[in-house]
Amino acid sequence: MRIFVPRDSVSVALGSDKLAAAITAEASRRGANVSVVRNGSRGMFWLEPLVEVESDEGRVGFGPMTLADVPALFSGDLKGHPKSVGLVEEIPFFAKQQRLTFARCGVTDPVSLTDYTSHGGFKGLEKARAMTPAAICAEVKDSGLRGRGGAGFPTGIKWETVRNAQAPQKYIVCNADEGDSGTFADRLIIEADPFCLVEGMAIAGLAVGATRGYVYLRSEYPLAISILREAIAIATDAGLLPDFTLEVREGAGAYVCGEETALLDSLEGKRGMVRAKPPIPALRGLFGQPTVINNVLSLAAVPYILAEGGAAYAAYGMGRSRGTMPVQLAGNIKHGGLFEIAFGITLGELINDIGGGTASGRPVRAVQAGGPLGAYFSPAQFDTPYDYEAFTARNGLIGHGGLVVFDDTADMAHMARFAMEFCAHESCGKCTPCRIGSTRGMEVLDKIIARENVAENAALIRDLCDTMKFGSLCALGGFTPYPVMSALTLFPEDFGVTSLPAAAE
Amino acid sequence: MTTQWDTSRAAGIISKYLPLEGPMLPILHALQEEFGFLSDEAIRLVAQTLNVSRAEVYGVVSFYHDFRQEPPGRHVLKICRAEACQSMGSEANAQKLLETLGLDWGDTTPDGRLTVEPVYCLGLCACAPSAMLDDELHARLDAQGLQALAGEVI
Ligand SMILES: Cc1cc2nc3c(=O)[nH]c(=O)nc-3n(C[C@H](O)[C@H](O)[C@H](O)COP(=O)(O)O)c2cc1C
Ligand code: FES
Repeated sequence: MRIFVPRDSVSVALGSDKLAAAITAEASRRGANVSVVRNGSRGMFWLEPLVEVESDEGRVGFGPMTLADVPALFSGDLKGHPKSVGLVEEIPFFAKQQRLTFARCGVTDPVSLTDYTSHGGFKGLEKARAMTPAAICAEVKDSGLRGRGGAGFPTGIKWETVRNAQAPQKYIVCNADEGDSGTFADRLIIEADPFCLVEGMAIAGLAVGATRGYVYLRSEYPLAISILREAIAIATDAGLLPDFTLEVREGAGAYVCGEETALLDSLEGKRGMVRAKPPIPALRGLFGQPTVINNVLSLAAVPYILAEGGAAYAAYGMGRSRGTMPVQLAGNIKHGGLFEIAFGITLGELINDIGGGTASGRPVRAVQAGGPLGAYFSPAQFDTPYDYEAFTARNGLIGHGGLVVFDDTADMAHMARFAMEFCAHESCGKCTPCRIGSTRGMEVLDKIIARENVAENAALIRDLCDTMKFGSLCALGGFTPYPVMSALTLFPEDFGVTSLPAAAE
Repeated sequence: MTTQWDTSRAAGIISKYLPLEGPMLPILHALQEEFGFLSDEAIRLVAQTLNVSRAEVYGVVSFYHDFRQEPPGRHVLKICRAEACQSMGSEANAQKLLETLGLDWGDTTPDGRLTVEPVYCLGLCACAPSAMLDDELHARLDAQGLQALAGEVI
């Protein structure tokens, strides 16, 4: 009998290493023939640690498991186990998903090549090897895939630019800096299915003629770093990457290094300062050479696209948002986790139907979409479809797919101040609107919170946000106004503001 | 944990990373891992070996939140202060702990046992609040859990 105990960061943070040891010990004490597999998580984090036991009908789940729940796993009456959640793949949160990129996550042993290939792995790379670089780029263009790191730029067009550039050395750089609060999809795929990223990067290498790749992975993810390094070594030793050298580089705790040009400077060994564009990284990137820089999720979507065809991927989604998005439900939410679904589902369905509302059981007050640079939404906007353009139309952004839920105890003036504080803390310092504007913004918001000249100071914040939005070099200073202004507009009462039209109903 | 500075051991560590493209960050990480922080001697040696100015190495060290120029306490507790953890009450929990310990963010207890630092997201945001004690991750940490965690090492 196989028992699966996840080894991703969440499960480990909740004690899965000790659980695995206890299950092994209990099995040997009883002389039971059990092998414990350390799988990745399925992303149903509210159930973690979620232990799965193989049965004739499928894998039966138990969670959240504690050490005290271990002996009952061996009682012979699995259905009667107090932590049983039934067949894992029938749990509505799981069954309702459309898992293209995350299909293997939680199912397989992340560092088993056999598991990977027997679940469709390396099919895309194999196809790519038989195609011309131009044909690979065309397939990615046909898929409609847009960059999942935040900006939503078409991946196929980026690749095409690098393919057409002439240079002695080209690079594939994977952006695994995942600094946005409320996001963990990069971490999950790296910890649960690292070969998928390796395969995606190797395909990118073939598509543009790059022989070297780097994964810039944040230092806050030590487990992801070690799992990915292990996977790269396994794939390399197995001869699967004959024409591609892949290396993991650890970040050093700077949020701004997720911005692509700051990331390149950091990889080169410098301070992570944002570069002025042009030149674009596709033409002059790492060490001045043509460089594909893509988010983990963009690259991890590629094996499916090559294996099944761009059209198969593009069949999902709405409008110009094609394919699926691993939406990350986080914060004060009952069913927090990763939910991969075609674009088009509404924000309200995600938060209420899938996420089950708040963890505290109190009413939802606000949802921050797209990380610390993303706008707050109120429940009145829950009809917004999950789609790049629909979010833009509501002055928001999808970003990297994070949704952070707050209940009605949240103080939105405080959250607006935090947005400015975070920007000040993380600014690379190259441009004035971001470097100075964020500190001034914090001071002005402090005055508003202390109820000093509220109307005047609110007007000042608006001006300041305009300056930051239009005058900053990158989206750190440029987008910090989103959370600030959305909080002020949607929740003026938290700022003591009464004169806004929104408050005058 | 910090280890006594040793120039030849440091030189050995640096030489391991020299063949890399852009070796600066890997070298700094490795030296900090070994010696606990990046001392003036470390910065001087890196500058010499990479043939760049000390100011340049200093500029890199001071830019990144991870790099320390002072030795930390024997244990480091990083508490997440980002939005998802805030939505679950992390700030109040952290304030309570800091008050109990008589510390501010970044401070070390007078006996040198524990340094408390902020971190902005550990990717555990669906099971907030979270923290990391040395290399160990912790999630669903309420006020009591956080106090207990610090209590393990002080
Ligand atoms: C301040 C800032 C932080 C960013 N952080 C990340 C990040 O952590 N991960 C990421 O993939 N993109 C991040 N981006 C976006 C990148 O600049 C870039 O658009 C992305 O890596 C391109 O890859 P994609 O086309 O696959 O999305 C950030 C941008 C800014 C301005
Ligand atoms: S916000 Fe605290 S772990 Fe992500």
